[in-house]
Formats: sequence, structure tokens, C-alpha cells
Amino acid sequence: MKEYRTISKIAGPLVFVEKTEPVGYGELVNIVLFDGTIKRGQVLDTSDDLVVVQVFETTAGIGKDSGIRFLGETIKMPVGKEMLGRILSGGGKPIDGGPEIMPEKRLDITGAAINPYARASPEEFIQTGISTIDGTNTLVRGQKLPIFSGAGLPHNNIALQIARQSKVLGSQEAFAVVFAAMGITKEEANHFMHDFERTGALERAVVFLNLADDPAVERIITPRLALTTAEYLAFELDMHVLVILTDMTNYCEALRQIGAAREEVPGRRGYPGYMYTDLAGIYERAGIIKGKKGSITQFPILTMPGDDITHPIPDLTGYITEGQIVVSRELHRKGIYPPINVLPSLSRLMNLGIGKEHTREDHKKVSDQLYAAYAEGNDLRGLVAIVGKDALSERDRMFLEFADLFENRFVRQGYNEDRSIFETLDGGWNLLATLPVEQLVRIDRDLINKYHPKFRQEAKEQG
Amino acid sequence: MEVKEKKEKGQEGVLRRIAGPVVTAVNIDAHMYDVVKVGHEELMGEVIKIQGDETIIQVYEDTSGIRPGEPVTNTGLSLAVELGPGLLTSIYDGIQRPLSVLVDKMGDFIQRGVSAPGLDHQKKWEFRPLVKEGDKVSPGTIIGEVQETNIVHRILVPPNVQGGTVKSIKTGSFTVEEIVCTLDTGTQLAMMQKWPVRVPRPVTEKMNPTIPLITGQRILDGLFPIAKGGTAAIPGPFGSGKTVTQQQLAKWSDAEIVVYIGCGERGNEMTEVLTEFPELEDPKTGKPLMERTVLIANTSNMPVAAREASVYTGITIAEYFRDMGYDVSLMADSTSRWAEAMREISSRLEEMPGEEGYPAYLAARLSEFYERAGLVRTLSGNNGSVSVIGAVSPPGGDFSEPVTQNTLRIVKVFWALDAKLSQRRHFPAINWLNSYSLYLDTLHDWYDKEVSPEWNVLRSWAMEVLQKEAELQEIVQLVGSDALPEAEQLTIEIARMIREIFLQQNAYDAVDTFCDMAKQYDMMKAIKGFADLAYGAQTAGVSPAQIISIKSKNDLPQIKFIKDYRPELERIQKSMDSEINILRSSA
Repeated sequence: MKEYRTISKIAGPLVFVEKTEPVGYGELVNIVLFDGTIKRGQVLDTSDDLVVVQVFETTAGIGKDSGIRFLGETIKMPVGKEMLGRILSGGGKPIDGGPEIMPEKRLDITGAAINPYARASPEEFIQTGISTIDGTNTLVRGQKLPIFSGAGLPHNNIALQIARQSKVLGSQEAFAVVFAAMGITKEEANHFMHDFERTGALERAVVFLNLADDPAVERIITPRLALTTAEYLAFELDMHVLVILTDMTNYCEALRQIGAAREEVPGRRGYPGYMYTDLAGIYERAGIIKGKKGSITQFPILTMPGDDITHPIPDLTGYITEGQIVVSRELHRKGIYPPINVLPSLSRLMNLGIGKEHTREDHKKVSDQLYAAYAEGNDLRGLVAIVGKDALSERDRMFLEFADLFENRFVRQGYNEDRSIFETLDGGWNLLATLPVEQLVRIDRDLINKYHPKFRQEAKEQG
Repeated sequence: MEVKEKKEKGQEGVLRRIAGPVVTAVNIDAHMYDVVKVGHEELMGEVIKIQGDETIIQVYEDTSGIRPGEPVTNTGLSLAVELGPGLLTSIYDGIQRPLSVLVDKMGDFIQRGVSAPGLDHQKKWEFRPLVKEGDKVSPGTIIGEVQETNIVHRILVPPNVQGGTVKSIKTGSFTVEEIVCTLDTGTQLAMMQKWPVRVPRPVTEKMNPTIPLITGQRILDGLFPIAKGGTAAIPGPFGSGKTVTQQQLAKWSDAEIVVYIGCGERGNEMTEVLTEFPELEDPKTGKPLMERTVLIANTSNMPVAAREASVYTGITIAEYFRDMGYDVSLMADSTSRWAEAMREISSRLEEMPGEEGYPAYLAARLSEFYERAGLVRTLSGNNGSVSVIGAVSPPGGDFSEPVTQNTLRIVKVFWALDAKLSQRRHFPAINWLNSYSLYLDTLHDWYDKEVSPEWNVLRSWAMEVLQKEAELQEIVQLVGSDALPEAEQLTIEIARMIREIFLQQNAYDAVDTFCDMAKQYDMMKAIKGFADLAYGAQTAGVSPAQIISIKSKNDLPQIKFIKDYRPELERIQKSMDSEINILRSSA
């Protein structure tokens, strides 16, 4: 293989090489240092006289004397059955002391877009055992539902609880977990690893670790390696896969870093203008394909800088994913776990996965009513701060109390508490029963007569 | 995707540079917007800039692995769509490749280098001529028809050929490429025609719209109507219900043809449309909605250049059906993704950016696009219309950003989605104070005649109450509701009824998902009826608390979910009447 020594410029993670033979766009590059160390990179821009290479590791040690080898192919990920239970680096190399992966296939990590015509509609309800998700922001198989959190909030525990408890009703089959860490601390990584080991989840997990002190540019490929693995497990080995990507904020920072190094015209807050397309290339790799048994469900986690949901990272994410689970600092301060604020949270695919055939016929209406009542109660808190409780009408006072009850009984639950969907819905009805029946305008009479605790009680007494 | 003959074919050049979806070639004599084949795999691209001997091309497919030195061929043709029988029920990518054909050709994932014609060239259609030998025809004349689905597909003389006298015309079963009609000028016509997507199809005359596009959505039809041939924008932050609103419009609007463009949006959402539409029935014809629909799906992870083209592909198809004399509505979800595609290509071209990195020609492109909407007299003398409804996804829900602002300067209807409303599950989450429709005056007569002379009065009354409520709420925030004068306490309650009964509509309820104008009128009238009773009683000395707590009023929201609602509504109105009367007599 030809080796070039024609580096003309090195800037940040980018290496500029002159006078090469024709090189393919996106091609994989090996950079050979004077001591024989090999660093990997990828072609970002190619022309007759200049090739721009993005290096996935630190450029420390690269100089004009370094050799450049173009490998003639784009980045591929070796995948195989034995990957389950393995821990790999953010670049895909084993770091658990085990042997190299025996590849059954080598797959392109960019992944092609699923033809929308080949997709099957996601509609299988996943019970996470968390009321605020199952009851009001229901997750379905094949969905991508990010957790929007902030620094210092327990999003990792929520993700772990979901990974541990998730199941499809009437199915014994456990989810395989693909876990990709991007720029998280060793401590956080240990927290995940301990929990995986404690619950035995590691046996059916593939872990990719790019830690805080690993090269930032490597973060660009970590989620792609993880999703390529997930696609292999789901669409070739028929497994149901949960993918946890944490922390997408670090991924976007790396993207910005490369954009800046390339001297691109920046978009909002310095992030590249193509960040939407780039993120879509990651998030859209979730779903179900017609005629295939497996599925990919994604849980990206991101920390919103300054808890600002309009920041470009959560904003662009929210436009691509099918909803979001928002973790609230206010609830966390009140000591409520999981501090999920249902008001800005949303699951777009909820309606496909609930109702008579999936959960229970009253699910949608109960959820709507809980939302509306909690929203009203929550608004009144602002009013109380100004005029005091006494100035409220009796009706308003009931809604105000409802908001407190909702947070303490419905939202609050234990880290190991696994509530069934029926417990969640009945819990919702018990809360709604604290309001007068005529205030339940979102629910039709038939359902009220059937499920409202008061009428159920009456029916029981009569029966 | 096929292309339109224009210039000589087959000039070959060489690739010099590849940087993502934008590549540079030399040695081809190209014109702007010529379609070129790039590399050994013949990826489809379009010329977007010419600079010295360099030609800059945007490529509609992934360019990984393509090297400098590979060949580039100029087809000498511009990007065009195939128009003819077979469009309806199709689902295309941004450059009119049928996605179902792509699945057959390359499996579940979209690979590159595969071409597929927009129409099925093998399928035979039953052609019935509508002109006979010796008839004079000109561009736009309807020469025959094909029963495509339950829609009759009219075959037109293409606008870009010379007219003449019909020399021969056939009856029977033909493919879209076979000649069905020959003119004395020697022109031969098949059922298929091609049209370049970036050029609006010609019409005789553009007219002012006077008929509303009825959507079955109360807040739209009732308060902020769009006219057939009009333009509307739905901006809103994520999660505020843009897509659901767009899909509701695609399902229930009383257009004859619907073109739905999923431009840079979610794959699963397109699947939802694909599974749902064939099962849903058109409330007018009882036939599956899919039979009147053309879908274009270029999801967010499909090539960005094809996303840029998808909007033009869609509007050209819409214009084609308009030219047959149909009312077409086109939904573009989302125009922000289209603008972002422009921005991405523009920044790769290293053009001087305008606001927020968008190209300086953003406003021009947006207005050119919306201007292709309209009620027209077609070349054949019929009336047809294209209504365009564009979703806008402003970053952070901030309406001051360039795409929203440039769109608002053009469109006549503004449906402002509001995240606060969707958080409390008030759907459709359209803010009644910020939204507007500039068609109210032109549609006034239609509502007078077709709904009731009272309707326009009722509408203004409802808007007034809602406006008044907003003012009163500010006071309530400060001093509490008990401090308001009695009449105004009633106003607050009546506004709540308008919001909860009339404005809120459940898209997922089998009955409430579509509400015709007659029912809208009855509902609003019932609320107004209660308001009159209430104010009357209050002047007669009944306390607002008593009026508000009458029982029968609580049954009113249930009307939404009842199909034959009239008997129940009458019952409720009667009991409201008698309950208030009892209160009055004891006051």
C-alpha cells in the first residue's frame, strides 16, 4: 500500500495531505507515526491536489514526517454473535481484556436510511414500570425517545431503570442492550457497568466506552458503531434491542469542534449548519422493518446546557425524535424520584401503542385528563404565590391539591419499583377521583361509569 | 425520475473534488440545473453553480467512496417529473423514485445508484377519448380520460407543445408511453408528459379565491379559514402538534387531490401515514383516502439534496392535477427542513450567508414556492386550485427566525401553534389570539349563503369573548377571579366553554376527528344560547355561581363525541333553558 509523506498542514483534528492519487470521499485513513503507532482518520474532502483527513484520536505526535495510508474503503465495523457481553472502546476495540471480535460481517458504519416504505409501524407497548412514562408518555418498540436532562440530575438512574424493567406484555423475551458512552466520566461509566453486572444485564449487552479523557473526535464514530451493532443484532439476529446513547451533548460538542477546525460557516451558537442532518443520521436508525422480527428502540440522553430546552442540541433532537422525556430540576429539588416533568414531555407514538388492543381502553382519556388537571393545578401555583390560597375558588383549590397529589403519588416511585400499566392507570383514576366527576370533561361517561373508583364501588355494592 | 429533452446529450467530464453532497467537475459544458450522472455508479446530481471551467453539482445520493478522476456525464436535461396515470396512491422519494419499487430493487435500506421511473411504464390504462378527429386542440386541452382510482385522470395536451387538429385518436388499453393521439402537425401524444420541476406550469389566469377549504377542524374552518387556492403556514415548536394538524388536513380537507410532502421529517411518521391512509375513508366518497393522495417522503436521514428537490416535485404534481380542473391541497412538512437543506448546500458552496447562515435567496425561494398556489382558470378553461399549507419548525419555538418571518410575509393564513397549549393537552394547540386569516372578507359571502347568515356574527362574537377573556385573565392573575364583576365572571366561564367545547378537538376520536360546518354552527350557537340565558339571568339578579353550576351545561362537551348529536343537543338546550328559568323565578 502506498504511503504518502506529503502533509502540508495540521490544524486541530484535521490533517491536510497534498499530491495524492485519487482518494475516495469518506475513505478510512491510517496515519503512521515515526515510532510505528497507527492513528485512524477519515477523508472529509477530496480533490486532485488536496485531501482533508479528520483524525479520530489526538493529533499529538503527527508531524510532516508522518506517513498517510488510504485504505480504499469507508469505515466498517466487524460484527458477530459473540459481541454480546463485550466491552469495547469508543473506536470499537475490545477493552475488557478479551479476544478480538471474530467478525461474521463487516458493515459500513454510516448505515443507509431505512426506506420508509419498508418500515413497519411501531405499536407494541413497552412497559417500563415507570408511571410517568407508561401512563402519560408511553414508549413503543421501535421508537426513539430521548431523555432531556440537566447537569446533576438523575438521568442515568432513569435510563438504567428503563433498561432493567422494560418488557413487552405477554412476552418473556428480554431486550438486548447496546450502550454507547460518549465523553462521560469514568465514575458514571462505572455506575452503569455495576448496575449491568448486578442485574445480569451485561450478558445481553454490548458496551462502547468513550470516556471524558478519550479523544473527542472519536465520539463522532462511537454512536455509529453502536447503531451498526444494534442493526446487526436486530435485523440479522432477530433481537429486540434497546440502544442507550449518553451523552449526546458531548457528541454535538465534538461535531462543533470539527466544524470550527474546518473553518466552516457556523450555524446557531457555533454548531454546524448540518447538525440537523447529522443527528438525523443517528436518531433515524431506530425502528422496525416489515418482515423482520427484531427492532431498535433508542434512548438518547442529553444534558441541556443551562437547562435550556431551546438550546440547539435539545431543539434539533426534539424535531427528529418521537417525543422527549424531560427531567426537571424543580421536582428533583422537591426530592421526587424520578423527577420527570410530564408537562413538556411527550411521546408521539403513544397513541399507536395504547388502547384496548395494547393496554386498556381508558388509557388515552385518563392520560389526557391527568395532564389537563395537573397543568391547571400547576398554573394555579403561580397565582397562589401572588394572591394567597384564600383568594382561590373552591374549584381552584381542588386542582391545586391535585397537582401536589399527582407529584407525590403518580410521579414519585422507587428506583426499583416496577409498576404494571394497570397499577399505573388505576393510580391515575384514584387521583382523578379527588376531583368532582363533572370536572372530568376529557373522559366520556361510559368510561367514567366503568373505571371511576366511585362508580366501581357502587357497582360492586349492587353486584 | 426522468428528465426533459432540451439540449444535446452525452458530454463527459471529470470529477475534481468531492466534499459531501457537493462535488466539482471540470470539462463539461453545462447549464444551470442540468441533470448530470456522477461517477462510475452514475449517481444523480444537478448543476447548481458554474465558475470558470468548474461546474458545481449537488448530488442526490450518498457520495462516500467517490474519487476525483471519475467521469461525470451531462444529460443536458433539467430535473423533471413524469406526469400521468399511476401518480395517485404512489409514495415517492424527493426525486420521484417510487419507494415501493426501490424496496424491490435494493431491499429495506436506501442504497445508491438505482434509478426508477416515477410512473409504471408497463401497466395498461383504459383510455377514453374526449375529442374526435378534426377537433382543434391547444396546450392544456383535455383529450381523454382514464379511471385511475375513484378519481378520473384527465389526459391533457402538454402545455409546452404546439396545438393543432386531431388527425387520429385511439380508444382502449395503453401504457403511459404509447401514442394515443396524433395531430396534423405531426405531434404525437401519449398519456404521460414530463415537466421540469423548477418551472411553474402555465395557466390562463389567476383568480382571487372565494370558497373555503373545509377541513373539519373547528378552529380552522370556524375561526381562521383558508380558501381553496390559498396559502397557510403552521409554525410551532416541536411537540406542539404540527404534524398531527398537517395529517388531519391531509385526511379531512375537502380537496379532491392531496399531495403530502414529508420533507426531512421522521421515518416512523411517514409509515404511520402509509398504514393509516389506506384504511381511512373519505367522508364524502366513502373510498379510501389513499386513492386521492400522492405522498412524497424524503425523511431527515435521506440525502439532503433530494430533500431540497422534494418540495418542487410535490408542487409540480399538484399543479398537474390542478390543470385537470381539480382542487388540490398540498401539505409540506416541514418547510424549515427544506430551508435547512438550502442552507447546507449554500454553505458547502461557500456562499456569503444571510441571516442565521441561511442563503440570501431564502426569501425569494419561499415566495416563489408559495406563489405557485392559487385558484386559476386552466389552459383548458376550467377552474382548478392548489392550496398550500406549509409547516414551519422554528428553532426553540422562536417565531422571529428567518424561515418563519419570510413565510409570514407571503402567506395569508397563520395558524400559530403554542407549546403551552399542547402541554395542557389543548389540541389542536393553535393559539386563537395570535393566529389570523386574511380570507375572512372574501369568504364572508360563502359562509352567509352556505352555513347561515348568523355564522359571521357568531364568529365575531366568539373572537370577542376570547379576546376579552385574555384581558380579564390578566386581572385574575393579580386579584383572583372572585374580585371580578359578576358579568365578567360569566364571560370567563363562557370563554372557557368556547375553548373546551368548540376549540378543543380530539383527532383520535372517531366522531370528533371531523366536524362539518353544520355541526360547528350548532355547537357555537348552543354556547351563544347559554351565554344569552346566563347574562339575562344575571341581570335579573341570579348569582354567577348559581348560573355556572347548572347541571345540564356539563353535558354539552359530550356533543362532540356523538354522531347524531341533534336530539341530545336539543335535550340539553331545553334543560339549560328550564334550569335557568327556575333560578330566575327564585331570584
